Amino acid sequence: MIADVVTWLTDSSHWTDTKFDTGIWTQLLAHLKFVGIALAIALLIALPLGLFIGHTRRWGWLVAGANALRALPTVGVLVLLTVIISPHFQGRTDTGFLIPTEIVLVLLAVPPILSNTYAGVQNVEPGIRDAAFGMGMTGPQVLLRVEFPISLPLIFSGVRSATLQLIATATVASYLPLGGLGRFIYDGLAQQDYPQMIGGGVLVAALALLTDLVLATIQRYVVSRGITRRFSSKQAVPDSRIAAVHETDGAHA
Amino acid sequence: MIRFDAVTKRYPDGTVAVDSLELTAASGQITVLVGPSGCGKTTSLRMINRMIEPTSGTIWLDDTDTASMATHELRRQIGYVIQHAGLFPHRTIVDNIATVPFLLGTDKKEARKTALELLERVGLPPHFAKRYPAQLSGGQQQRVGVARALAADPPVMLMDEPFSAVDPVVREQLQDEFLRLQQELGKTIVFVTHDIDEAIKLGDQVAVLRVGGHLAQLASPVELLSRPIDAFVAGFVGRDRGYRALGFTTAGTLSTRGEPTVTLGAAIPKGTDTDTWLLVVDAQQAPQGWLDLGADFTGHETVSDELLYRGGTLATQGGTLRAALDACLSSPSGRGVVVDDGGALIGSVTAREVLELIEARETERQP
Ligand SMILES: Nc1ncnc2c1ncn2[C@@H]1O[C@H](COP(=O)(O)OP(=O)(O)OP(=O)(O)O)[C@@H](O)[C@H]1O
Ligand SMILES: [Mg+2]
Repeated sequence: MIADVVTWLTDSSHWTDTKFDTGIWTQLLAHLKFVGIALAIALLIALPLGLFIGHTRRWGWLVAGANALRALPTVGVLVLLTVIISPHFQGRTDTGFLIPTEIVLVLLAVPPILSNTYAGVQNVEPGIRDAAFGMGMTGPQVLLRVEFPISLPLIFSGVRSATLQLIATATVASYLPLGGLGRFIYDGLAQQDYPQMIGGGVLVAALALLTDLVLATIQRYVVSRGITRRFSSKQAVPDSRIAAVHETDGAHA
Repeated sequence: MIRFDAVTKRYPDGTVAVDSLELTAASGQITVLVGPSGCGKTTSLRMINRMIEPTSGTIWLDDTDTASMATHELRRQIGYVIQHAGLFPHRTIVDNIATVPFLLGTDKKEARKTALELLERVGLPPHFAKRYPAQLSGGQQQRVGVARALAADPPVMLMDEPFSAVDPVVREQLQDEFLRLQQELGKTIVFVTHDIDEAIKLGDQVAVLRVGGHLAQLASPVELLSRPIDAFVAGFVGRDRGYRALGFTTAGTLSTRGEPTVTLGAAIPKGTDTDTWLLVVDAQQAPQGWLDLGADFTGHETVSDELLYRGGTLATQGGTLRAALDACLSSPSGRGVVVDDGGALIGSVTAREVLELIEARETERQP
């Protein structure tokens, strides 16, 4: 069985388009497109909203409300939205299916980003906020120069978990006549071609892992070392070593 | 100059934290607000930079009503230091210090250069500049907090228990350096503490507040110690206030008597049975400790370090009455050792002589 899956995955004819079949590369790109659009929209909604709610400490119920969205059954909502929306797009291929798909995906991605952003900002130490205002920062300056960079680790973890969920769930696009890696899973199931079905699953998992790796790398460079505490070994942390001894001037990787 | 004019703060829940406060913090001086927990010190302080808005009354910054300024403009002119420093964890030390200059749009390079100078001013080595707050101890972070407040060279500084979260030894260091810094800078400082000793040590004038935000007494430290206005202030200032007040009175020139000495490393003298305690000095005549001639010296030929009793404090000629009296009281021989500014022995005085001096001062002061 495993050998069959490997054979399916390593067959180069499965990777490129043929007259009858769409290849893995094309479906991979389609999959990434669904995920990318949904993630961009979710970020545009959840990030400013989370920052605003965390900073002003008003409208906190919105976060709880968004979290309740997680309980919605994805496929159910997808079918419902498709029934409502797609008739308006007769003749224009795919758009009638793409919109419901993206709505479902955005609904899924907003809660983790929103609640993590909100929690990140809200958990900034009161003394730090106090000092920031006391130095004469305006509200937006406190938010963008202090609260946001300090919240980044939590924001990233929200974005990463949203992305993983999107990559897994974007397979439902193939439930409608759209592409994506889900195509192999649904087709494999329908044709009882199990190597293809499992192969599709493996591709989704690999894509998820790879994407998370990319995001983790970005996080490493974006989040200040003062917060991650990844100090180069030449720089001492005060309670573990005598401060002045292990220093070479300005040395930090 | 900062002037509170009938300032009242009533919190939404009805608590009156500060009640029609009248207070002036003179320019170039340290005004300390002190009082029991919950008496409204922090509230009063934070009304100056409008982190808290007064319910009624006016706070004047020189000739400007602070309520007439935009809050962020006001705050950029006022240095602000809080208890746990509140440094920004994601910024390096040098960028933390340069916070306000950055806000004011100062050239980044210029701002960092000033920040480096300040780092040194508050007693931290320059290679700390590129570290992050998490890599500094509490006391070091507090120094950075002070440097950050000084960065835009504001005429006014507000400090809310800045030294209370560090251990006593570091606290004393920070206090001493703070006083030295203030001597150079001459800022108008309002300093909050609940520690009366700190208030007396640092304040040019001390405002004692009582719970409910009433000003009980505003006075210089000596006056507070010697003439507390009522039982509350007297109780708050503490029991040994009379003794502590001596710390503000110079002893003048103490008439000392010569003190027989032995030099460290010399042979142990024998047969001087008139007095059991002999003062030990080093080659530079600096007192090292007392030698108990009644002790058992078997195994020792010369006066060595481990034979010395080192408990006594030293009084400096021209120092305070408190130091002189303490030298007598802490000396095993009952004779207080007096040294010159260089630390070399002048002679000794007795507690009786110091007390006579104190009594003479008292009669002088009576009208
Ligand atoms: N936001 C607030 N809402 C209601 N009451 C408050 C608030 N802040 C302070 N208070 C009350 O106002 C009074 C004065 O508080 P403040 O913080 O000024 O005291 P403090 O003198 O600084 O005390 P401490 O030495 O403990 O710091 C206290 O009774 C406190 O409970
Ligand atoms: Mg307080």
